[in-house]
Amino acid sequence: MQLTEKHREYWRRNLNITIVLLAIWFVVTFVMAYFARPLAEINFFGWPLSFYMGAQGSLIVYVVIIWYYARKMRQLDIEYGVEEGED
Amino acid sequence: MSAQVSSNRAFFNQLKKYYGWYTGGFLVFLVVLAILEQMGLPRVWIGYVFLFATIALYAGIGIMSRTADVAEYYVAGRRVPALFNGMATGADWMSAASFIGMAGGLYLQGFDGLAFIMGWTGGYCLVALLLAPYLRKFGQFTIPDFLGARYGGHVARFIGIFAAILCSFTYVVAQILGVGIITSRFTGVEFQVGVFLGLAGILVCSFLGGMRAVTWTQVAQYIILIIAYMIPVVWLAVKHTGVPLPQFVYGKVLEKVGARELELQKDPKEAEVRKIFSDRAADFRKRVAELPKSWEEGKAAAEKKLEELKAANAPLAEIKAAEKAVADYPKSVDDARKAWTAQATANAARAAPILRHAEPFYSANPDPAKAEQERDIKRRNFLALVFCLMLGTAALPHILMRYYTTPSVHEARKSVFWSLFFIFLLYFTAPALAVLVKFDIYTLIVGSKFADLPGWVAGWQKVDPALLSIADINMDGIVQLAEIRIGQDIIVLATPEIAGLPYVISGLVAAGGLAAALSTADGLLLTISNALSHDLYYKMINPSASTQKRVTISKILLLFVALAAASVSAQKPADILFLVSAAFSFAAASFFPALVAGIFWKRANKWGAIAGMVVGLAVCFYYMATTQPWLRGIFGVTGPVSDYIWFGIQPISAAVFGVPAGVAALVIVSLLTPAPEKQVQEFVEHCRYPNLRGDTMDTLAR
Repeated sequence: MQLTEKHREYWRRNLNITIVLLAIWFVVTFVMAYFARPLAEINFFGWPLSFYMGAQGSLIVYVVIIWYYARKMRQLDIEYGVEEGED
Repeated sequence: MSAQVSSNRAFFNQLKKYYGWYTGGFLVFLVVLAILEQMGLPRVWIGYVFLFATIALYAGIGIMSRTADVAEYYVAGRRVPALFNGMATGADWMSAASFIGMAGGLYLQGFDGLAFIMGWTGGYCLVALLLAPYLRKFGQFTIPDFLGARYGGHVARFIGIFAAILCSFTYVVAQILGVGIITSRFTGVEFQVGVFLGLAGILVCSFLGGMRAVTWTQVAQYIILIIAYMIPVVWLAVKHTGVPLPQFVYGKVLEKVGARELELQKDPKEAEVRKIFSDRAADFRKRVAELPKSWEEGKAAAEKKLEELKAANAPLAEIKAAEKAVADYPKSVDDARKAWTAQATANAARAAPILRHAEPFYSANPDPAKAEQERDIKRRNFLALVFCLMLGTAALPHILMRYYTTPSVHEARKSVFWSLFFIFLLYFTAPALAVLVKFDIYTLIVGSKFADLPGWVAGWQKVDPALLSIADINMDGIVQLAEIRIGQDIIVLATPEIAGLPYVISGLVAAGGLAAALSTADGLLLTISNALSHDLYYKMINPSASTQKRVTISKILLLFVALAAASVSAQKPADILFLVSAAFSFAAASFFPALVAGIFWKRANKWGAIAGMVVGLAVCFYYMATTQPWLRGIFGVTGPVSDYIWFGIQPISAAVFGVPAGVAALVIVSLLTPAPEKQVQEFVEHCRYPNLRGDTMDTLAR
């Protein structure tokens, strides 16, 4: 079938959301781990920041990323009329 | 539609009620056992009760969920609510290694061990953002199904089958091995008997009810394993901080551990023990260097000593020890070289300086330039390992398959959230557990007198000296940190005793480890038998097979695969841990680029995907075969490892080369060959939108 302009826009917005969330994922994972030694100097409620991020902080960010994506995409589905009938 | 919605909701409420009662019942069961223990129920009995009660429970769920319907068998009828699919995925995901080994790995490796924590959770971001919703819209039964539909023909599907089996089989062998170890340790049955008991527990659910039974069993197993993990850690946190929330208060404990590390680093007694170990290592190195003369001299000396003792009528114990020394002496020069080199390495490892737990990429090298170099290599390996574990997580078929079971695309997205949430509960507790145990050992065990060691130390030393051994090396009667040798698995297994909990909690931890191993094994076995029965038999060999026949064949194959895996595990293969971690690199290099390109790049075609998967696998395999000691032995690679190693990356992270190579091959070959047909383009669009009105394509398998 032929996609309408609206469909294409939905996909573009989906890609944008995906790219932004992946960028956050990348920074939290790889950039912070790369600079783990300087970041270890920072004290975060008793933990060295890099240890906290590796042990708990990055995990919390991952959970939030996925939660946000599910919520945002549901809104987008409805806004562009591509949502499924049932829930 | 609305009838569907209300029936789904009713089903969800019913499930909540069932599992609520189940959890309550399980807690009552624990309390009853604890009371019985106080009244004098022997420990062996507690072990048996846990083993048989939980296996009987899983079997019961399996029997209640038995089915012969294709969609029920392969994807649990696609009506598993997001929350419950999340729990099932959590249990499916967390293996014996996560449950028992991970906290111990963190204890031993400090910061560097966090690569596993990040890698095994962050991969779910990739699953959520790049794969799960699209695979659910596609909506068939297996991962090779997607490759077959997207890239056409049998070649891509066949490589998918091969890769799925390669990744899953070694993994399932490791799980069954874990089951055997846990059951034999806690009930005293033979290891092989333990393996087959566990096998019975696995088979009775997957065999009777396929995905449907496995799903509902996995939810039950998740509940047991999370309770079993939390109780001892919470107790330990109360013991050391007074607050029952270990995840939030262990920062203070970590500071104390850091201070204690500095103290121990300066302790002359510690230095003395380390010196003894490094002298021993040097002695073994010297003996290796002087082979074969040293072997002959050593043999003669051992024999002479035995003669002398006998002549002098020495006490029997001394003569026995000397006899043993003669009997255990290396039989040949080659044996001696092997044994003494290993001894030198083992002793050198025990002479290594104390690790700073919270310091990233720690190096104790006194030369600042060399230390910087070592840190740099450690950092590179950390990043590479995180990369491989994440992409591997996002490509392991037994996990991706679970997202076929939700009722809709939206539920699939929500379900990845619940999956990671339930995994997160255990993973963000493990670092706290490692630190709490470390604090306990560094302050309460180290510095105490040998005569005052707590009972659990002797108990575990007797079970298996590889798990824990403490020996007075410098004969001062006081425990030094360097005198403690600790195995990875002991941390979780001994936590209840360290925290001073009754034995019933130790039994619970064993049941939790068993649940983790069984649930993962279930998912993996199903993946393998589905790849064989659905993809190989039905899609490639006999497309006209009736549904009845397909399910029957799948069940028979499941039986054979399970028996094959159990007989491999019964041999106790030594390098299984390496094989399991290799599975992540293989999954990442074979599936990840082809799956993601299949959805996000319409131009990717059949030849590109085939080239990408083959090149990715081949590069991984080549790198492992030339750098991993065991594989080098098999393939007869003899040159020095440094000739083959790239950028100092360990073989476990081979996918860090395999994935880019695979992506490059996929892109280049796709662009050099004709673009896919219009139908494929429409297929991609079909997968991208949860519901495309006017779309005539229907890929859902019912």
